[in-house]
Amino acid sequence: MSPRMPRARRARLPLFTAGAASLALLATACGGSGGGSSAAPKDFSYLSVTENTTVKTALGTLSKGACKAANDALPLKVETVPQASLDQKLQLLAGQNALPVQFAAGNAPALTQQLAKSGKVADLEKELKDLGVYLQLEPAAVSTIKALYGGKLEVLPYEYNIEGIFYNKKLFQDNGLTVPGTWAELESAAAKLEAKGIQPFSASGQQGWPLTRMISGYLYRSLGPYALQDVADGKAKLTDPEYVKAAEEIAALGEKGYFGKGVGSIDYDTAMNQFLTGKAAMFYMGSWALANIADDKQNKVGAENVGFMPFPAVSGGKGAIDQYPSNVGLGITLGAGSFDDRTGDWVSCIAKNYGTTALKDHGSISGFKVNTEVKDANAVTTQVRDTISTSKQNVLWFEALFSTKATTVSQTNAASLVAGSMSPQQFMRTVQDALAAR
Amino acid sequence: MHRVLGDRRAIAILLGPALLVYSLIMLIPMVWSLGYSFTEGNSIDGFTGNGVANFTRLLDDPAVRDSLWFTLKYAVVVTVGQVVAGYLLALLYVFFLRRASALIRTLVFFPVVLPTVAVGLLFQKLFQVAPQTGPVNALLNAVGIDSVDFFGSAGSAFWVLVGMDIWRSMGFYAVLLFAGLVDIPDEVLESARLDGATGLRLVRHIVLPLSLPVLMSSLIFSVNGTLKVFDSIVALTNGGPGNGTTPLTLYMFQTSFTYSEYGYGSTIALLLTVVCLLVSLVVYRVSRRDLTEG
Repeated sequence: MSPRMPRARRARLPLFTAGAASLALLATACGGSGGGSSAAPKDFSYLSVTENTTVKTALGTLSKGACKAANDALPLKVETVPQASLDQKLQLLAGQNALPVQFAAGNAPALTQQLAKSGKVADLEKELKDLGVYLQLEPAAVSTIKALYGGKLEVLPYEYNIEGIFYNKKLFQDNGLTVPGTWAELESAAAKLEAKGIQPFSASGQQGWPLTRMISGYLYRSLGPYALQDVADGKAKLTDPEYVKAAEEIAALGEKGYFGKGVGSIDYDTAMNQFLTGKAAMFYMGSWALANIADDKQNKVGAENVGFMPFPAVSGGKGAIDQYPSNVGLGITLGAGSFDDRTGDWVSCIAKNYGTTALKDHGSISGFKVNTEVKDANAVTTQVRDTISTSKQNVLWFEALFSTKATTVSQTNAASLVAGSMSPQQFMRTVQDALAAR
Repeated sequence: MHRVLGDRRAIAILLGPALLVYSLIMLIPMVWSLGYSFTEGNSIDGFTGNGVANFTRLLDDPAVRDSLWFTLKYAVVVTVGQVVAGYLLALLYVFFLRRASALIRTLVFFPVVLPTVAVGLLFQKLFQVAPQTGPVNALLNAVGIDSVDFFGSAGSAFWVLVGMDIWRSMGFYAVLLFAGLVDIPDEVLESARLDGATGLRLVRHIVLPLSLPVLMSSLIFSVNGTLKVFDSIVALTNGGPGNGTTPLTLYMFQTSFTYSEYGYGSTIALLLTVVCLLVSLVVYRVSRRDLTEG
């Protein structure tokens, strides 16, 4: 045994060192290199959220049609994650310098700005101007983006949405209801519907934001268009009585059962489905829902039976009924490191053709110019497009200026607020505390 | 052989690779994470030191208090539930079903091998109230009770969670404790019976003391598992409603990866480590004393 030992050790030592060295290599590889990354992308990879189907299908349409050349050079590859896991995924990918070519840039503008600050996001204004397609963006969409992202064009307006309440015209007519212009009228309409056994509102408590949007809707009507800017600037607190009032009003709707049973377990698709199958009379949603409304497979009540109304006025309030909450949907942006000529080809093709394709094939309104005349799919689309082109002042939404944490806290507690397990004061204090942290 | 094991270099070679891998994937990340506790920032912004700010924040943070309380409450209730249910099942196997217990054992063990996410979805559907009325609520309606929104309040969501985790794991503890009970010599039971000990008295004075060691190991298993609970909660309630069912592990995960505060997340992880350490110490101390007595 003993004479053989040294030889065995000699043989194993290099192996051992090699193992250790490769492990060390692995460990350093995980650390990433810090700066820009992945020079030439292999495909036009696009990371999106599962809930958003419009952009990825419209891009798919483009890749087979107008953008076929760009797609042949750099094939489109779509990957989706659930919206709730998007922020985590982005953090990890950004940390490893592995962001895709194009990606949904986080649920809150705060994360997008963080990514932009650390140089992960392409300077879109410069890139689009270099490509000569900057003027393909609607000015209204550009100004909304700049209001959200600290004056910079950090995302592309794949959607341009206004929000309001979609309602079932037939249910309204059958029950002798007119479109409510004030909050009090909305409440009495809801009471009448509830009395008839029709669920007045459908809303996804699992997502939370459809509920908090109603709080901000009330705030913008009662306190005026700067209500939430004041909170962001520290001039007001969500715990101030006039802010708590808005949460009280929405909680009251929940207390009366207007959102139906188990609102906390209703997911986005179920809420949409409840409205489109005529089980609920009203649905607070953005104009992106036009794509679902135009789809006969989903919409069982018929597009002609769907109407759109602005969030009603609050009597004595400082806001006006024609100030619509607007947004560009889920912010979608492009990585800085992977923006090469072939990516540029894709982007200029998208800028020139996306507006038309989205509207024509998917009934969805984007912030890109519509370069070919498109006949609207239905009356409600025309109504929304007219509203967009005539609206003078837009407002943001409840969490638009919040940190990621406050956004999560607000959206995860919204269901408790309308289910009554959390008081309006408690809700506003919890969100305010999350805002104040750090 | 003795000469080989007596040789320091031989020991180094034999232990080295395992130690290296252990250090690389366990010790270094642990120390690293401890280091992060003194920083703020994230993988996008980079990290900057901020002294003990995270620790003072930890003491003031009501969300930490809530989730620590939830973790402890959950660990105690589920541990007791798992071990008691498992023990009762084991007694059932040994003293009532005897040789015929194989089928029942398999059926009760079945949930253990199901993926947690599947079990989570199953219970979501069982207890749901909308869009369709779930079986449990349908049952309540059938006996004239109104539907309950089980996931609408933290209190009821907690009990659904407890029920699910006990159902999911009692089969495992039943098998573990069954092994302990089978080990009790038949002669001891026989003579106890001859002395007139039956039913509860037999269990209390003979079976329980003789199966104490295996009962203690089940307890340690269970406490360690339940303190670190994560997947079943994410699958069933995702910490909701609000943060009503958020344990420390989930709060740590959210803080680090959703709110991108890696430093503060590491501080919460440290708190969890300390809690686990304390509980383990207590359990070991108690179990050692009992073992020497038994």
